[in-house]
Amino acid sequence: MIYDVIIIGAGAGGLTAGLYSSRRNLKTLVISKDLGGQTAIATEIENYPGVLGQPNGAKLMQDFKKQAISFGAEIKLELVNSIEPPAPPALSLSNGSNDSGFVVKTEKEKYETKTIILAFGLSHRELGVKGEKEFAAKGVAYCATCDAPFFKQKTVAVVGGGNSGLDAAELLSGIAKKVYLIHRGESFTAESVLQKNIQKAENIEVLLNSEIKEIKGQTKVESIIIANAKEKEIKVDGVFVQIGYAPKTDWLKDLVKINQKGEVITDENCRTSHPGIFAAGDVTDAPYKQIVISAGEGAKAALQAYDYIKRNGGLNKETPDWGRNK
Amino acid sequence: MQLTDQNFDSEVLKSDVPVLVDFFAPWCGPCQMMGPIIDELTEELKDKKLKLAKLNVDESPKTAGKYNVMSIPTIIIFKAGEPTETLTGVQNKEELKKKLEELVNN
Repeated sequence: MIYDVIIIGAGAGGLTAGLYSSRRNLKTLVISKDLGGQTAIATEIENYPGVLGQPNGAKLMQDFKKQAISFGAEIKLELVNSIEPPAPPALSLSNGSNDSGFVVKTEKEKYETKTIILAFGLSHRELGVKGEKEFAAKGVAYCATCDAPFFKQKTVAVVGGGNSGLDAAELLSGIAKKVYLIHRGESFTAESVLQKNIQKAENIEVLLNSEIKEIKGQTKVESIIIANAKEKEIKVDGVFVQIGYAPKTDWLKDLVKINQKGEVITDENCRTSHPGIFAAGDVTDAPYKQIVISAGEGAKAALQAYDYIKRNGGLNKETPDWGRNK
Repeated sequence: MQLTDQNFDSEVLKSDVPVLVDFFAPWCGPCQMMGPIIDELTEELKDKKLKLAKLNVDESPKTAGKYNVMSIPTIIIFKAGEPTETLTGVQNKEELKKKLEELVNN
């Protein structure tokens, strides 16, 4: 089977793209490693217009998902490993036959599609040290609001000198027995209010000019090796990595143009440098990382994908916007 | 079904059928994405010889601690009183279903 559009990412941008493309009766598949993206871990949403009562982000994303599925979008939770573009001269899209579309490969499957929308947002940065992957979910955590309560009366390290690092350290200082706040710079970059709160907390020990070299343990995190002037080992039960978010686009750099920040470059119509590949939301170079903007861009990208297929004669049949599948 | 530290032994460890346990907390966003998937599977697999259950880690910290749950959502599948598989993060509904169907057919 050949999809009309495969959307990579299931946050505000990807799910809205899924809604719009399925409402255009395009055969739509959303592939994502998780559901709801960064919005799903936001505690209260106060700025999504028309939605009152400060729903949490997960509730909002649950509704986005339901709405997309109700018009026929399929959702699969898989990690995409690669996209293979059609071989040149490319793109005779008619009926999607003669395997002229893209092949999206995940860790498990291969999917064929006429168009692609990149909407996988930003991923948390990783330390890239030994033990980090091995102990993920076994003491190494990336979401303080999610995992902090597992460290009641324990000792934890927080890595990061920006807002998210200091936020996490403050949150954890109220839960854990002891918090090491590790930052490789000389001073924090976080807002001054946060810095003051950190100074006030008695159980936070600040380690500046320091980096984690290794995370060690048997079946879960037991200690870290810290390096500044010299190396030392500190016993900890958990490591919270809070060094910000970045687009994970290395794997795409031979396919679409990427800017210095790693963002996918798009024009005002969500088109990337590669025909048939569109992009929306936080993964793009469009300014302002906001739920409502990602949703709007997702809609735009889906409509662009529809026009692209139509122009190339690949539409199965013309269906109006209100053609609800069920 | 809701599990607690109190009924975990009788409902899971001494269960005659395999049990899927969804470790969650109400404040955890990704868990709220997982919860409805578990509800749907409970309905779709209700004729099968297995149980699907949820355990609130806030209310039942002992059990969560015993199985080293340090990140949620975590799903652990128990068979004959032993954990046979641990999955962290939001899981694919269809895959989870396939896994459970294979488990009861074997």
